[in-house]
Formats: sequence, structure tokens, C-alpha cells
Amino acid sequence: MRVAVVVFPGTNCELDVAHALTSLGGEAELVWHRETDLSGFDGAVLPGGFAHGDYLRTGAIARFSPVMSEVGRMAAEGRPVLGICNGFQVLCESGLLPGALIANRDLAFICRFVDLEVVDTGTILTGAAEPGQRIRIPLNSYEGNWVDPSRTGRIAVRYVDNPNGSQGSAAAVSNREGNVVGIMPHPERGSDELLGSADGLVLLEGFLRSLVPA
Amino acid sequence: MKVTVEITRRPEIADPQGTTIQRALSDLGHTGVVSLRVDRVIHLEVNGDDPERVKEEVEAMCRQVLANPVLEDFTVEVLG
Amino acid sequence: MTAETLPIHRQLGMTDEEYRSVTGILGRDPRPAELAMYSVMWSEHCSYKSSRVHLRRFPTSAPWVVVGPGENAGVVDLGDGWLAALRIESHNHPSFVEPYQGAATGVGGILRDVFTMGARPIALWDQIRFGPLEDPKNRYLFNGVVSGIAGYGNAVGVPTVGGEVEFDPSYTGNPLVNVMCLGILRREQLVLGTAGSPGTIAILLGNATGRDGIGGASVLASASFDEASEDKRPSVQVGDPFEEKKLIEACLELYERGLVVGVQDLGAAGLSCATSEPAGRAGVGMEVDLDAVHTRETGMTAPELLMSESQERMMAFVSPDLVDQVLAVADKWEIDSAVLGVVREGATLTIRHDGEVVAEVPAASLAEDAPLYDRPSARPEWMDGLAAKPARALDTDPATTLLRLLDDPALGSTAWVHEQYDHMLFLNTVIGPGSDSSLIRIRGTEKGMAVSTDGNGRLCHLDPRGGSARLVYEAALNVAVTGALPLALVDNLNFGNPEKPAVMWQFRETVEGISSACETLGIPVVGGNVSFYNETEGEDIHPTPVIGLLGLADPMPATPPRLSSAAEGMEIWEVGPRATPNLAGSSAQRVIHGELTGTPTPPDPGHGERIVALAGSLAHRVPVLHDISDGGLAVAVAEICIASGLGAVVDDRAADLLFSEDPHRFVAVFEPGAVELPGDISRRVGMMTGSSLVLGGSSPIEVGELSSVYSDAIPRRMTG
Repeated sequence: MRVAVVVFPGTNCELDVAHALTSLGGEAELVWHRETDLSGFDGAVLPGGFAHGDYLRTGAIARFSPVMSEVGRMAAEGRPVLGICNGFQVLCESGLLPGALIANRDLAFICRFVDLEVVDTGTILTGAAEPGQRIRIPLNSYEGNWVDPSRTGRIAVRYVDNPNGSQGSAAAVSNREGNVVGIMPHPERGSDELLGSADGLVLLEGFLRSLVPA
Repeated sequence: MKVTVEITRRPEIADPQGTTIQRALSDLGHTGVVSLRVDRVIHLEVNGDDPERVKEEVEAMCRQVLANPVLEDFTVEVLG
Repeated sequence: MTAETLPIHRQLGMTDEEYRSVTGILGRDPRPAELAMYSVMWSEHCSYKSSRVHLRRFPTSAPWVVVGPGENAGVVDLGDGWLAALRIESHNHPSFVEPYQGAATGVGGILRDVFTMGARPIALWDQIRFGPLEDPKNRYLFNGVVSGIAGYGNAVGVPTVGGEVEFDPSYTGNPLVNVMCLGILRREQLVLGTAGSPGTIAILLGNATGRDGIGGASVLASASFDEASEDKRPSVQVGDPFEEKKLIEACLELYERGLVVGVQDLGAAGLSCATSEPAGRAGVGMEVDLDAVHTRETGMTAPELLMSESQERMMAFVSPDLVDQVLAVADKWEIDSAVLGVVREGATLTIRHDGEVVAEVPAASLAEDAPLYDRPSARPEWMDGLAAKPARALDTDPATTLLRLLDDPALGSTAWVHEQYDHMLFLNTVIGPGSDSSLIRIRGTEKGMAVSTDGNGRLCHLDPRGGSARLVYEAALNVAVTGALPLALVDNLNFGNPEKPAVMWQFRETVEGISSACETLGIPVVGGNVSFYNETEGEDIHPTPVIGLLGLADPMPATPPRLSSAAEGMEIWEVGPRATPNLAGSSAQRVIHGELTGTPTPPDPGHGERIVALAGSLAHRVPVLHDISDGGLAVAVAEICIASGLGAVVDDRAADLLFSEDPHRFVAVFEPGAVELPGDISRRVGMMTGSSLVLGGSSPIEVGELSSVYSDAIPRRMTG
């Protein structure tokens, strides 16, 4: 099962994500943002970082990268597309997920572990978890506050204690079909007990299980 | 009275955001953009009916806190 | 005579003597561009003219040193083909002028020093100092600096994993912003700042050049602040972390593919340095055409192009047959490039602009012939006054004293600061901010790199030599408690005006103190930075050396000691020589009495070495180790209670012994009988139990109260 890990200029979590997926038996390949053919991949991950420096609006420039039309095609075909942190922001700017990410309520960057609760196991991210399962993984973001005036987003994972003002305490949001998911905290940063938690693995496991051959 | 404040980066100060957006526009086919700078606009409504005094008041706000004189210039326009 | 009527060389910050030296080297009066180059290269910040003669005292060699002082960063051998590159730098004056950008560009600069050596930068530490937070100006500076470090560090994608904060009136008007960077590389990737041999092509990579910081190096960093500073505003440099990230990836690709002969980053003195230093190192000449420089502004003169401190630029030296490939790599990573020149036989740096020769100087002279000053130094008389007044004993009860210390912003939780920094990126941070030292693993190996950064202006004010030496021992102990052996040291020496004999005396004493401690512990100094002229309206800052120490744990302890690992029933042991009641220079003296007098307990080399070795070995065998420093034993135990959520009982001790900051001491917490400690330098002082902390006969304090006071120390002062 081949996963495309998309790298925009300014992305910085691609190696961490690839490492975490590989440790679970997945096959992850880094793909530069100018790539126009993802036909050989079964799913895609947009990792965290600062694509284009977050200039203009976070994710606003990245959504026009050549690779994104392929990501859009994969999403339309029902393939698993996961956006983590900055990746979540790019998916919203692209219209592949509803809503937008704005500055944290307290206007400061947050870098710490947060407690989450899985509320909807019918998505490509949460398929390996139990409803109500508690997960503790790191949140590292400044614009992590999700707003959705359309109220069409499916909340897949919630913060137990909302750290950034996110609507509905949403930590992860899915499209109606459940195959495009954006999550603000970093599952790949919760993949090693030595570093504080391995809870994120159940989410990445869910993603890998949702892959079906292209 | 309605007041508009434009806070602009002093021209000799680098604007990485502007440069990056200009490049992105060029990538999208808009190659005719010669320069691009990103600045800020603040809209205020201030009590008072003397435009000169309101302008002075807002300029004082700019000098004190709204603009960073090390990096920015400002213009204040009272709209009435 | 106003500034405008001073001769040009004086306006550029050069003395008449220095000007004569230039005419002597050239055999004639310098052209404007030449004068500009000498003025920036010979500024204090670039040439270290007031400090170089004393820095020679540092011990710099050891079998594991691959690159010592003199290159862009120090490089040490970690074994098995792994090397580490490390450097520390200051950006003090710019951070006073514009705290966000001053701090941001400080981070950018230190990153470039490290990746110019062929290393991927993997971690940052910041050591920041301000006046008391009661003053809104200091809150503004503190906020701006932390935001700037966060804004740049997070966006460029390098985790900031530790650091320190200090608050003292001495830094009002002279905030100190020091940043340390660590990078790792495989031996084959090591690249030096050399221009190579004749025929090599010089290529400028990165941001366009503007008028940023013109006069910055020669005017700002080399001069003190006074009333006129508000007007003296060269264009403040603005950082672009996005460009820097692209530059890092592009350079790492160039190194991996072996496409460059040498690389030099453009920092202070910009193009002047990036052309002359590599040529000087290689003993060659160079021809440069400034018309080729990609610029952001029109009409820049040659002096401006040569003095510009525009950020995020690197100079690559490339063999002619590889130029196209290098330009292609730049293109792929979407960074601009310009072929600027070519290396020539001989020793002359020839620079052209608008078709004319604007500079013809011996390339090496800009760095090598910089003035070397041995300024007068003399122990100031007021030192006697300080020594004559020993620190007073504490008259407050231990519980009250402890809570006041935990409430102090320099001793309380630094979460307000470090939660703004991404410290988790790269998934290698085993022990992160808020600990004695940081521990970073090298994935795929058993190795861990521990780094501690330590400074203490007040201690060094009372005793520059002993205080500085104590910082080295403290840093060594901090890395030892994670299981690492000290390997290499970098130092950032922040001082006042070197034209004052008292300041030079402090400087020399500091260098001696650091050197003797390093010699005792066998630690080489592999680099450092000197920041002079931290003086406002005639008042100098406390002498503030900051030590950055790298240690290697190989293997890392399977379960590194953590404060949170303390459990009910574990014993608390104090390890090290018995404390004395001397509170000179201590946090208790500062917080409770508001005084700074006395002679601090000097370090003891015999104990120093033994304690560091003992801590390093215990790190593999006990669950909790904690250095005893600010706030003494009482604060060390309180921090263990806060981290673990458990209370403790500490045996009866005189209040002064509880808060003594005497050196070479640490706390070990473990199950009874789990380890045997040497009886002559250890003693059981208490036990982890219950839900309150009891210090001797003092009233119990609930752990919840300890926690909330500790957590709130900085936030409650920042919401004002």
C-alpha cells in the first residue's frame, strides 16, 4: 500500500510522518509539490510544517501547487487523504474540507500534549479506534482554531479540554464521505513511548487499514 | 468619525511575505506583477466632531502602539 | 563637531589609528568601498579586536575535536562516523531596537553558521535576559524576543529544545539574546569555509540584497546605547524563515551530492566577509562583480552592497564544471542565485561595480590584519566593598522563602516561554525544555546528545573568575544527570564597555575561570562569541558569560532519569560536598533581601570532576537526578514534587543550608537500598511521601499550591 507524503517548500514533518508510517508496515514515499502524477499511490498524507512560510494565509499558496489537482482527484475517487496540522490547513483552503483554520484563541503558539476523544470511527483516520477512546498526542500550532460557518464538517476527534477555541472542540474533521480527514494535533509525534506517548499509532493504523489498491 | 489607518512597511525594510506572494502569482500565470507589498489597514470609529483633532488623536495612537516606527510608517485619513 | 562633519572613517566607527593601519596595508588612501569593507570587518563584533588576545587562553584541543575555533562552527567527533557541529551567538543590540526581528534574525544567523559546515541543524537553545517584568518596557521586550524566536524557529523547522531566562535590573536597556545551535552530519559531509583553488566559481545563493543593517555591524553591535540611539536607525534586518528553510534543504542537497568545494554564510559584514574570509583561508585571490548581485533595491552603491546584512544568503564555492548543477539545485528549491566571481592566483581581492574597479585589497588582510587590542584592565575598587559585606542569613521561614522563590519569574516554570516553541519536531527530543539539560537521540544509534546552557550574571559580578568556573561545572553536571559525559563547550561572553579597565578585568577573569574549569574536566572550547558594549548611559551589565555544553551519552540510559519518576517511599539523597550557609550571589539573597554582596563559594576542582563522573554513572541506575542550583536543595526538591505530584519530607536543616547554591551538588531519588552512594560525599536528606512538602520544621505546603505558584510565576506578570 503506497502512500504519497507530499512535500511543499516549507513543509518539515515529512520525515517524521514517513518514519511513523513505515514503522507500522506502510510504504511511504516523499513527493515534491510539483509532481503531477500520483496514479501509483493508494493514499496521500499532507504533513505538518510551514508551506510557503504560511505567507498570505496558511495553506493559501500550497493549495495551488501542481500536486494538489492529483490530491483532489484521489479525494473525489474516495481514496484516503489525510492532512496533519499544516496539511489540514491546506485541505481547508483547497475546499476539500469545510471551514478554515484561524489563530488560536489565546494568540500564542501551543506546543504540548493534549487529551483527545474519538467521536466518529467512520473515517479513514479513526477506523482502528473505539468510539470514545481517549488519546494523548502533541499539539503544535498557532493557527489550530477550526471555524466552520457552513456547519457541514463531521467532527471525528474532539479535544477533551479545548485549548484553542476550535468550533465544537474539533481536533480532527472529516468530509461527508469520511475519506478526507484533517487533524490538527500530530499522530506521528505520539508514536514512541520514549518520547511521551504511542497513542497516535492507532490513528495512523486506521489510515493504513483504509488504503485499498489503486 | 470614521478613520482609516494605513500601516505600511518602510520601503527599505524587507517584506518576505510580499516577495513570496508575488512569486506565487507569477507561478499561477500572473507574470505582470512588478512589485507587491503586504500592509495593514485599521478601521476605527472615534468620538468627536472636529476632524483635525480626531486625526491628531489617531496619529498619536499610531506613534504609541498601532505602528512600529522601527519598521513601519503610517497615514491617517478621517472619512467624516 | 556633529556626526555629519566627522571624517567618513570615524562615522563608520573606525579610529584614526585603524584608518592609518589601512593606509599602511594598501600603501595609499582607501577607496570608499575599501573603507567600507575594513570598517565592517574590523568592527568589534566581527574582528574581536578587544578580546582575541585573551581568548587564546582557552584550551581548544582534544582528540575528538575535528574543527576548533576559527571556522563558522566547532565540530566534534561522536564516534561511528557521526559528527556534531555547534555554535553560540548573540544578537543583543538588535533585539533592543526591534525585539521580534532582532531575536528572529539571531536564530537565522546561528542556523546558517551550522549548516554552512555541512550539518543539518537539529536543535536550538535560547538564553535570554531582561530587566524586571514589573516594567512594561521589559515585558514588551520579553514578549517580542520570545515571539521572534518562536516565529522564526518554528517556521524554519528546527526545534527549540531548551534555554534559560534571567531577570535583573542590570539588563534593563540591555537585553541579552543568545542562541545556540546544534547540527549533526556524517563525516563525509563536512564542508569548510574555503574558496578552494584558482578557477573556482563563487555563487551567491538566497535572498536578494537590500540595505538591511547597513552600519549594523560596525555601528550597532560595536557601540553602546545612549539618548541618540532612537534616531540612529539603520534598516533593521527582517528574517525570512521560509527562505532559510529552502536554503537549508538546497545546501544539504549540494553537500550530499558533493557539488561544492566550500561554503560561507553571510552574516555580519555580509559580502565583505563572504568573499575575503574564504579567499584568505585558502590563500588565494578573487575577482568579484557586484553587478551580478541580485538586489531588492535600486541604485545600491558598492559600499552598500559590501556592507549589507540582508538575511538568508550563502556563498558557495564551486568547481566550474559543476556550476550548472548547482544552479539547478537552487532552481529546484526555488531560491535565487547569482554567479558573482572567480578565485584567482595571488592574494588580491578585486571587486568591480558599474564596470569599474572599486576595491583592490589583500584578501587575507581584512580578517588577519584586524587590530589586536590589549586594553588596560584593573580590578575595580568596588569589588572590595562587595567582598566586605557577606550575604545576610535568611530570617524568613523556609516555607515562605520557598514560595517566594517559586513565584520568581527566573525560578518559576518557563512553560510560558517554551510552549511557544516547537520542541518536538524530528521526533528525537527525549528530554525537552524545563529540565537540567536537553537530551536528543540520534535515531538508529544508541547515542544521545545532551546540551545544557548556563549563565548567571549576579554570580559573575561578585566573582568573575570563580563564578564563570562554577558555570562550567554546573553545565557539566547538568549534562551528566542525563547520562552524558561532557564533550565540548561554546561560550557567549556578554560584557559592558571594554574601554573601561574594570570591564576588561572582568573579561580576563572570566576567560581564566572558564579555562581552568575546562582544563580540570578535560573539555575543549570549540567556539564562542563575544558581545561587548552592553552598556547604557554609562552603566555596564553584569559580566554575563553563558556556557553552552555538549555531552555525549553512548549508550543513552534505557530509562533516562526524569523528575516525574519520583514515587512514594523513595529516599531523597543529597550528593556532593556539604553546603555552607554562604548565600552570596544566590537567588535567595536576591529575592528575599534584594541584595548582591559577599564572595560566593568558589568552585572546588577536586569535587567538580568527581561529582560529574558520579552523576553520569548514576544516570543509568536511578529514576531521578536533579542538579542543585538556583534556589538550592529546597527548590530542587520542590521541582521534583511538582513534576511527580508527590509530597516530600526534608530533614531538619538550617534555612540557609536549604537555599545554599554552593557548587558540585545534586539530588538523587531512588528506592531504599537501590544503589550505594559514597559515604563521604552523600547524605540522606528526606523521603518522597504524601501530598505536601515539609522542609525541616517549617509548615507543610500542599503540592497543589507549589504547582500553582510555580506555574503562574511568569503568566501572572505578563497579563498586566
